[in-house]
Amino acid sequence: MENREKKVLVIGVIGADVHAVGNKILYHAFTEAGFEVVNLGVMVSQEEYIAAAIESNADAIVISSLYGQGELDCRGMREKCDEAGLKGIPLVVGGNIVIGKQKFEEVERRFKDMGYDRAFPPGTAPETTIEALRELLHMDGETA
Amino acid sequence: MKAVLLIDFGSTYTKLTAVDVESETVLGTAQSFTTIGTDINDGLNNALAILQEKTGKVEFAETYACSSAAGGLRMVTSGLVPELTGEAAKLASLGAGAKVVGIYAFQLTEDDMEDIQKAKPDIFLLVGGTDGGNTECILHNAKMLASIQPKFPIVVAGNRTAARECERILAGCEVYICPNVMPKFGVLKIEETQKQIREIFLNRIVQAKGLSAAAELLDDIMMPTPSAVLQAMELLAQGCEGESGIGELVAVDVGGATTDIYSIADGMPEHMSTVFKGLPEPYAKRTVEGDIGMRYSIQGILDAVGIHRVAQKSGLTQARVQELVDYLKENTDKVPDGNDEMEQLDFALASMAIEEAVRRHAGTIEETYTMMGQTFVQEGKNLTKVGQIVVTGGSLIHTRRTAEIAAHALYSPAQPASLRPKKAGVWVDRKYILAAMGLLSTHYPQTALRIMKKELEYYGDPE
Ligand code: B12
Repeated sequence: MENREKKVLVIGVIGADVHAVGNKILYHAFTEAGFEVVNLGVMVSQEEYIAAAIESNADAIVISSLYGQGELDCRGMREKCDEAGLKGIPLVVGGNIVIGKQKFEEVERRFKDMGYDRAFPPGTAPETTIEALRELLHMDGETA
Repeated sequence: MKAVLLIDFGSTYTKLTAVDVESETVLGTAQSFTTIGTDINDGLNNALAILQEKTGKVEFAETYACSSAAGGLRMVTSGLVPELTGEAAKLASLGAGAKVVGIYAFQLTEDDMEDIQKAKPDIFLLVGGTDGGNTECILHNAKMLASIQPKFPIVVAGNRTAARECERILAGCEVYICPNVMPKFGVLKIEETQKQIREIFLNRIVQAKGLSAAAELLDDIMMPTPSAVLQAMELLAQGCEGESGIGELVAVDVGGATTDIYSIADGMPEHMSTVFKGLPEPYAKRTVEGDIGMRYSIQGILDAVGIHRVAQKSGLTQARVQELVDYLKENTDKVPDGNDEMEQLDFALASMAIEEAVRRHAGTIEETYTMMGQTFVQEGKNLTKVGQIVVTGGSLIHTRRTAEIAAHALYSPAQPASLRPKKAGVWVDRKYILAAMGLLSTHYPQTALRIMKKELEYYGDPE
């Protein structure tokens, strides 16, 4: 486990969401940046993220939600991770995670209360996302 | 003439098929009863005598055999997540021709170990974790297995990071290291593990199961019977150099105790807009339904589809169906033999067995409504475009209504989510030669394929 070179990310678009383009872009961007990426694609259930994270011993789960129902879909994820033995695994979420224009500080607080380590506003660039993941996974100075 | 003898050592019958590989014909088939108590060679010699009565004296240039005697190849598997490496281990074992008598996921417990000890598997398949992924579970399970008595061979095919450590923990056991059955998420890589399983079967099981005396007269192949059938089906579907196959197919084998289903088909979604979920399944896939069979597992058919459907199909009352089922459960060797009621019942049971077993084998498609409207989610294999169904198994090849029964493998508007073939031609293995052709195909693929195309009776599309 410790001798593997790359950090492993499990990514996918949660719920009944079929927005596939951003997911593909993130897959390539993360891979390029030196992560090992397990991409679950679109319409991913909480259970699927968890199963993939267990098998691959993932370092973080990166959830996308574009269609506006993110808040509903993301609820209970932290508790399920705890239950499945993934205690403390970093959970990050981004895309268009809520409907319409809301104050993002409030949105972020709600997601943090749900147990997410980071929540990102609409339009967050892949570079910003990668930077944030490096910080979260304590990869200072490393390529990945 | 160059005669080749093909033997299938079954748990109740030893079946022989003699072929002439020069004229590409079946010289004859024969079978003889073998009881567990008697020497396997007695059954073989009896069957040979019966065969030679039909064919006259024949010198066999080569002899090959497969076996499902003494319970077949009994395996237990353990993986990490049930739907992922747990499923991969099961698919690998079934595809290698095993009878899977125990499936475990996550960490093995002391209770599990007691059950495994009782199950006495011939081979244990230990997997878990993608490469570089979780090692904790497979190492724990290796520790649990290290002290079990009596010992059995253990095939380790999990996270490669943990392979050597597993080998050390299991020192004193017969351990075989294979590549991970799921090296990456969603990638199934089971061929080498299956090859290893078959090799262990050959070397070890054959001896342990009293087949070694018979093995002396054999040339090199000895494989589990289901694995021979799977090999025959792959050849029949895909063809080989110089001879074309019949295309993607589903094969059904309804036995007394179990129903085996094989599919040789890609099965991925038909439309770009369909989202695929779960583990991609092998191109050549085998499933076994242990609760669906014509005699020992007869009650399982009623439990699965409901007694009312069997009654409706057979034209008998529910009370009469139950009465006959209770009788047949105890008298497993009874066949209809001209008895009308029993014939109707067997017709209904076989139809329902196929419907249920193929439904479980095939994938499903689910319509989900999002705010945008409809999308489709597919799990498992889409077999709707498969154009051929091959039918074997005693209950099906002895009735004239085979094609009608086989039609129950097809798509039904009553179960629209089940991705079964929409329209297919039916091929019936009346002489029971599929396993033999699988054996023959190892050295004579073209001949085996041409014999199958000639000997299987073709019924066209049942409708
Ligand atoms: C194309 C599209 C569709 C297509 C999708 C086709 C497909 N299979 O991919 C179709 C027509 C099917 C569709 C349907 C719907 N859509 Co639409 N769709 C869009 C559109 C125009 C572009 C999406 C896209 O591909 N963008 C390009 C990619 C590269 O960007 P991205 O997906 O946002 O991803 C980037 C970032 O978000 C970020 N990111 C993504 N995930 C994460 C995760 C983390 C942790 C971080 C940090 C960053 C991050 O990085 C990605 C790469 O740069 C957007 C509007 C828009 N301009 O964004 C609406 C939009 C997403 N859709 C919307 C809606 C409402 C819908 C529908 C519900 C109904 C509708 N009005 O059409 C349905 C939902 C269907 C469903 N079940 O999912 C809304 C969502 C509103 C909201 N959240 O408040 C949007 C924003 C349009 C709008 N302004 O109303 N849609």
